[in-house]
Amino acid sequence: MAKIQLNGKKIKINSNYCIKDLIKKFKLKENKIAIELNGVILPKKFYSTKKIKNKDNIEIVQFIGGG
Amino acid sequence: MKKDNLKIDKITLTSRLIVGTGKYKNFKETAEAVKASGAAMVTVAVRRVNILDRNKPVLMDYLNPKKIVYLPNTAGCFNSEDALRTLRLAREMGGWKLVKLEVLGDKKTLYPNMIETLKSTKILVREGFKVMVYCSDDPIIAKKLEELGASAIMPLASPIGSGRGIRNKLNLSIILNNSKVPVIVDAGIGTASDAAIAMELGCDGVLINTAIAKAKNPILMAESMKHAVLAGRKSFLSGRIKAINYGKASSPTEGLI
Repeated sequence: MAKIQLNGKKIKINSNYCIKDLIKKFKLKENKIAIELNGVILPKKFYSTKKIKNKDNIEIVQFIGGG
Repeated sequence: MKKDNLKIDKITLTSRLIVGTGKYKNFKETAEAVKASGAAMVTVAVRRVNILDRNKPVLMDYLNPKKIVYLPNTAGCFNSEDALRTLRLAREMGGWKLVKLEVLGDKKTLYPNMIETLKSTKILVREGFKVMVYCSDDPIIAKKLEELGASAIMPLASPIGSGRGIRNKLNLSIILNNSKVPVIVDAGIGTASDAAIAMELGCDGVLINTAIAKAKNPILMAESMKHAVLAGRKSFLSGRIKAINYGKASSPTEGLI
C-alpha cells in the first residue's frame, strides 16, 4: 500500500496504482478535471503511465460555480 | 440593427452580458438563470474535487462548455502565485486560454491587489493566455494592463457583491476613452438600472453574479439584466439628447389656438 495525500486528505491506495487507476477509483472523468502531482501540473497524456509513489501529494480540481 | 456582438480576443460573443455561476441555490437554478440572461459566456471557479462524495452533481453536467464559453477565474486568490497556479490548472483541464484574472488585496473590501495583478498579467500573457483582468477603476492602471497585453479591462464599479452600482462614472469614462480593448464592468452591479448605466457610458459589457443569483427571483432578474444591457447598449449607440436645465416643449407652438 502507498500512503498519499489526495486533496488534503490522507488515503491509502494500491502501491502499483497509476494516476488513471486513481481517476477510475474515484469515478472521475478525465476531461472534467486537472491534476497536480507534488505541486506540478501533470499533463493528461501521462495519466496512464505515471505511477503513484508513497507520500505523493495529489490535487485534483474541477470547475465549480464562481463569479 | 446589424449584429452587435462583443469580441474579446478572437472570441465572438452574442451577448454583452457575462454572468457568474456562483451563489445559486443549485445547478438547476444556475442553468436556468444563465439561459434567461442570454449570456454567451460564464465565469467559473477552480476548486478541489470532492473525493468523499462522488455522487454530487458537477457544473459541467448543467452548463455544457461546448455550448457556452467558460471563463475560468482566480476568485479567492490573494497573490500572483496562487492565481497563476489556478489558471494553469484551468488550462490543463481542457485548453482554456481565455481567463479572468482576479487577485484580491483585502478580504473586507475585495478590492484588487493591482501590484500582484500587474505582475500576474505579464506572466500570463507571456505564457500565451488571453487575460481579462479584474481591476480598480484607475485609468493609469487600466492603460498599463492594456500595454501589458490584457485582452479586456474589467474595472469594478463598486465592491464585489455590494450591489452599490456605478460609483465613479468619471473614472469609467476616462478608462473607456483611453482603451482600445473591451472594457467590461466587473463588480458592484445591484439592479438593472446599474447595468444600463454602465452600457450607456459606453462599456463593452458587464459581468454580473450576485445581483442575479441572490435576487429573490434569480431567473426573472437574469432576464431583467439581459434587457438592461440591451437597452443601455442601444441607448449608447443611438446617441442621447443633450441635457439642458430648462423646459423645452415637445409640441409645436405654431397653430396654437
